Amino acid sequence: MVIDERKMRSLAARMAQAEVRGRSPWADARRRFFRNKAAMAGLMILVLVALFAIFGGQAAVWSNEELDFSVMGQVATMGAPSWSNGHYFGTDDLGRDLFARTVQGTQISLLVGIVGAGIAVIVGTLYGAVAGYVGGRTDQAMMRLVDILMSIPYMFVLILLLVMFGRSMSMLFLGIGLISWLDMARIVRGQTLSLKNREFIEAARATGVPTWRIITRHVVPNLLGVVAVYATLLVPLMILTESFISFLGLGVQEPLTSWGALISEGAGTMNYGTLWQLAFPLFFFVITLFGFFFVGDGLRDALDPKDR
Amino acid sequence: MTRPLLTVRDLRVSFPIRPSGAMPWTRSRLLRAVDGVDFTLPAGQTLGVVGESGCGKSTLARALIGLVPAKGRAEWIDGADLIGLSPRRMMAYRSQIQMIFQDPLASLNPRMTVGQIIAEPLATHRPDLPRAQIRDRVKAMMDRVGLLPSQINRYPHEFSGGQCQRIGIARALIVEPRLIICDEPVSALDVSIQAQVINLLMRLQADLGLSLIFIAHDLSVVRHISDRVMVLYLGKVMEIASSDDLYSNPQHPYTQALLSAVPVPDPSQDPAARIVPLRGELPSPTDPPSGCVFRTRCPRAAARCAAEVPVLAGSDHQTACHFPGPLTAQEIARARTVEAA
Ligand code: SF4
Repeated sequence: MVIDERKMRSLAARMAQAEVRGRSPWADARRRFFRNKAAMAGLMILVLVALFAIFGGQAAVWSNEELDFSVMGQVATMGAPSWSNGHYFGTDDLGRDLFARTVQGTQISLLVGIVGAGIAVIVGTLYGAVAGYVGGRTDQAMMRLVDILMSIPYMFVLILLLVMFGRSMSMLFLGIGLISWLDMARIVRGQTLSLKNREFIEAARATGVPTWRIITRHVVPNLLGVVAVYATLLVPLMILTESFISFLGLGVQEPLTSWGALISEGAGTMNYGTLWQLAFPLFFFVITLFGFFFVGDGLRDALDPKDR
Repeated sequence: MTRPLLTVRDLRVSFPIRPSGAMPWTRSRLLRAVDGVDFTLPAGQTLGVVGESGCGKSTLARALIGLVPAKGRAEWIDGADLIGLSPRRMMAYRSQIQMIFQDPLASLNPRMTVGQIIAEPLATHRPDLPRAQIRDRVKAMMDRVGLLPSQINRYPHEFSGGQCQRIGIARALIVEPRLIICDEPVSALDVSIQAQVINLLMRLQADLGLSLIFIAHDLSVVRHISDRVMVLYLGKVMEIASSDDLYSNPQHPYTQALLSAVPVPDPSQDPAARIVPLRGELPSPTDPPSGCVFRTRCPRAAARCAAEVPVLAGSDHQTACHFPGPLTAQEIARARTVEAA
């Protein structure tokens, strides 16, 4: 009895011990990410670009639609960037303020990138996870559909869509959204397949955990790392696609604009000595792409399970 | 006579194997992973299952808990046949049969805390329990398997292999099962930790009156813990006997070959002189030899072995062999020369 009592007391003591906090794999990844200088620089750039897109409009003296008649016709000489007349980035060929236009272009381009990547993440992850987890014929059918969609030259289809149904933002989103999730679905399916045979999934199935709980608690959390990395690399890809379309003159329509459209205009007037019309949009375009790539790389290093 | 906890009769598992690049109309071949296994497991006892990798022992375990489709009968103590039970009816038995896996770390979800992992079966089978109570039970169970309850919020990667296996054991025990299937629970662990985990299992078994099915690929681990031992080869039972009997008096040539490879503590015996080599490779399970499946590697194989399938014979000590009995020195010598050639 004495022994039992002592045992019980020591058990009670152990039960009452303060709980130690664990280091979750996410916390580990976050620490690794914050130690990565290139990734942090990329993140800073992205934050600055985002701030520029959100608050840049307030700093602009001119709106993006106003024509400055004082510089019209003599843009090459009068329209250069200057603090005095409020055209910080100069004006475009029609005398519109390039600063305001760049802010607007940044908004649109980021929006396209993020919405495109968002569609890819949601549709692609669900599609891929279901195909991979259910397997069998369902998987076969679902993945053949992806193969077929992938074999279509999407740029061609996108251009056709824009020509046929008119150039509108929604059509652009639809077109980009249609293609962006395919790769994601493939990647997620592959990951799900390898996860499915891991013993912890088997353990959950053996105790009878319902399928949806397995997918939400065991499959998806273990996929998120890959999805996050791929999504950050997908955003610049979407921006590039949109820019290319806009560069061809098929993207967003005036008075809206985007980086691609601005760069296209700037490139068209390069020979007349108005280099700033190309330089400013191009600058934002390039640093944003770099920012996303650095962050994506940093995420991949941070989430890489190999060094665990 | 009391009913055994589990009575397995003629359990068979086969997978269709399609050669890669097969056309839709080509017939797929059948891989018989488990081919007519019989055994009974009395409550509170341990059945050891041994065999080389690929002999179907893991498949056998998965068939019993319904992870792979199987044929035959597996009768639970209440008379229900576990094979072919509807998923909903099987749910009731899933809390009574739990499993411990081979790779301790891989069997734990890296994104969940230890507390969440151990609580999962309980939350699945007892959704009525309040959270606080689940947490208390998890902590008590952690203490029971030798983990510090204060570590409940830690993640699997913060634990060693042996501790991870303890987490796996706690997860299996939390729903108070009657049978635990251990699928090579210690083969991924260091030798010193193997002993700790096995001792823990034996202690828990004695305390809780559990039955175990203990799968391993080497006989020395199984001997310590098992009441009866079953030797599998290519999905078939070669020999099944009480642990002492099997080790002191093996009848089947395959068992003898396996046993000869187990190191003995007696230094006067030269291990090289005892070992009966197994010649050749394990035959492909899609294309097993006719008659006795072991005949391609058996030092005693005769014409009858190719023609007739040996049936499992005997009452307590059962052997599936036409010519059971200890190998003679001559046969061992023959096996060696074939191996050397
Ligand atoms: S039946 Fe023949 S081949 Fe098979 S184990 Fe016995 S002696 Fe060897």
